[in-house]
Amino acid sequence: MQKAYKKYFWIFVLPTLIAFTLFFIIPFVLGIGLSFCKFTTVTNAVWVGTDNYVKAFSNADFLNALWFTVKFTVVSVISINVISFIFAYGLTRGIKGTNLFRTTFFMPNLIGGIVLGYIWQLMINGVLAGFGVTITTDAKYGFWGLVILMNWQLIGYMMIIYIAGIQNIPTELAEAAKIDGATKMQALFKVTIPMVMSSITICLFLTLTNSFKLFDQNLALTAGAPSRKTSMLALDIYTTFYNRNGWEGVGQAKAVIFFVIVGILALTQLYLTRNREVEN
Amino acid sequence: MAGKTEKQEEPQMMEVSKGTGMLMTVVFSVLAVIFIFPIVLVFMNSFKSKLYISDRPFALPDSETFAGLGNYVDGVAKTGLLKAAGYSIFITVFSVALIVLFTAMTAWWLTRVKSRISTILYYIFVFAMIVPFQMVMFTLSKVTDTLNLGNPVGIIFVYIGFGAGLSVFMFAGFVKAIPVSLEEAAMIDGCTPIQTFFRIVLPVLKPTAITVAILNAMWIWNDYLLPLLVLGSDYQTIPIAVQYLRGGYGSVDMGAMMGMLVLAILPIIIFYLGCQKYIIKGVAAGAVKG
Repeated sequence: MQKAYKKYFWIFVLPTLIAFTLFFIIPFVLGIGLSFCKFTTVTNAVWVGTDNYVKAFSNADFLNALWFTVKFTVVSVISINVISFIFAYGLTRGIKGTNLFRTTFFMPNLIGGIVLGYIWQLMINGVLAGFGVTITTDAKYGFWGLVILMNWQLIGYMMIIYIAGIQNIPTELAEAAKIDGATKMQALFKVTIPMVMSSITICLFLTLTNSFKLFDQNLALTAGAPSRKTSMLALDIYTTFYNRNGWEGVGQAKAVIFFVIVGILALTQLYLTRNREVEN
Repeated sequence: MAGKTEKQEEPQMMEVSKGTGMLMTVVFSVLAVIFIFPIVLVFMNSFKSKLYISDRPFALPDSETFAGLGNYVDGVAKTGLLKAAGYSIFITVFSVALIVLFTAMTAWWLTRVKSRISTILYYIFVFAMIVPFQMVMFTLSKVTDTLNLGNPVGIIFVYIGFGAGLSVFMFAGFVKAIPVSLEEAAMIDGCTPIQTFFRIVLPVLKPTAITVAILNAMWIWNDYLLPLLVLGSDYQTIPIAVQYLRGGYGSVDMGAMMGMLVLAILPIIIFYLGCQKYIIKGVAAGAVKG
């Protein structure tokens, strides 16, 4: 059968592969190359070695964005996963209104980042107006604003994944734990959580990468204000590219660093949590 | 694996007592109201005149602040939102349809034909999933400029290429679970590989196709930076039109902004309430395979 399929490569794979090569592989390889060049367009690139990387790492805005992104990611990943797991746990107990609650909590996830940013700008500025400040007065308002926004957007999504995980636990396991006299807390930590480890892996992966790569929400909510203090990495890279002449190479170097960090984070997290998954 | 998500409607394993249940319902009701509140707030403010929005967003519109549909008329005129909606619908529908078709074909071939090339290709597709867009944004926009693809038709091919990673990965995970015997029987009956794929494999892949379609639609409909860089300012999609209202130096017409936010959210919510069952199932199924 393999042989018969083999010669159909050009119909089954080639269309996707051409698009993938043109719009992913070529830009990716060019991007790596250009991070070692000074350029304004692809055709006038001049090799400058690691110059761009040195500039990137000594750029205060970049380091600030990196630190801001790390803080934001840690706080968001923890809060989103804890809250969404509690929601999922509560909404798998057969209480009244379960379906309505699930529908409601998931809804914000469908709204795009730009729109979300402006919705929360209105909310947060409305609250802060009582204190005579706005979200761009101090970086801490922008930080917590982004955390709240991210929670609002992703809690429902992660909740749905945790619910699917909890529902996949065989009923006999929970019953056996009960018969053996396990308390609710023991059942939660010794049965439920180990059994949903694969959901935890996925949710950590999704929240980690989504928080680290955040762009649209950041642009709409604060656009980095005040004075770039609330710029996350993705926004800082964008600003370096398009708002600072002659710094395209540095922008590309920052993007490569960004990619390497995201890659290492994602792989490390997958490796660590996959090891704890229960085979079933 | 497909069967697992079907269990959702069954009674739960660990039910709580009636009293606890009531209390939990009350707590979740309060949380649900808090979740909905920001959307209601935008809706309410969209009827207030722009001078009264930033200062007192929590006040209900009254005879002094009520602006009728003025904000909507204003916003639509300023942003060309109707045109933007047209572009958004066109780009999303055709990109999603073609992504589903092409990547299902690719994933099937890569899974069934075991060779060094198919393994390498598969891993390159998987690798593409973790690459952030900023890594390729500049060079990608140069490629599309060179190929003259900066229009609503051209961007569809960009989405196929950039969306291929996740979709191939998800389809491949599912194809592995389909028994080969079905396809062997079809081959013995004289089906060509193309007939086998479209008559036997594709119908079996339908649940995964729905999941892939939903995830891609959510991404493409809301995408901001890629269409901004590829399309330039000639063709604005909805997110670009909304961001356009901000203008230079952070000045925003809050009235028009509220109107546009409502118009941007409303179709999504209606669509969601109409097919929430598929969307929630699709999202859950997508995660199980990840």
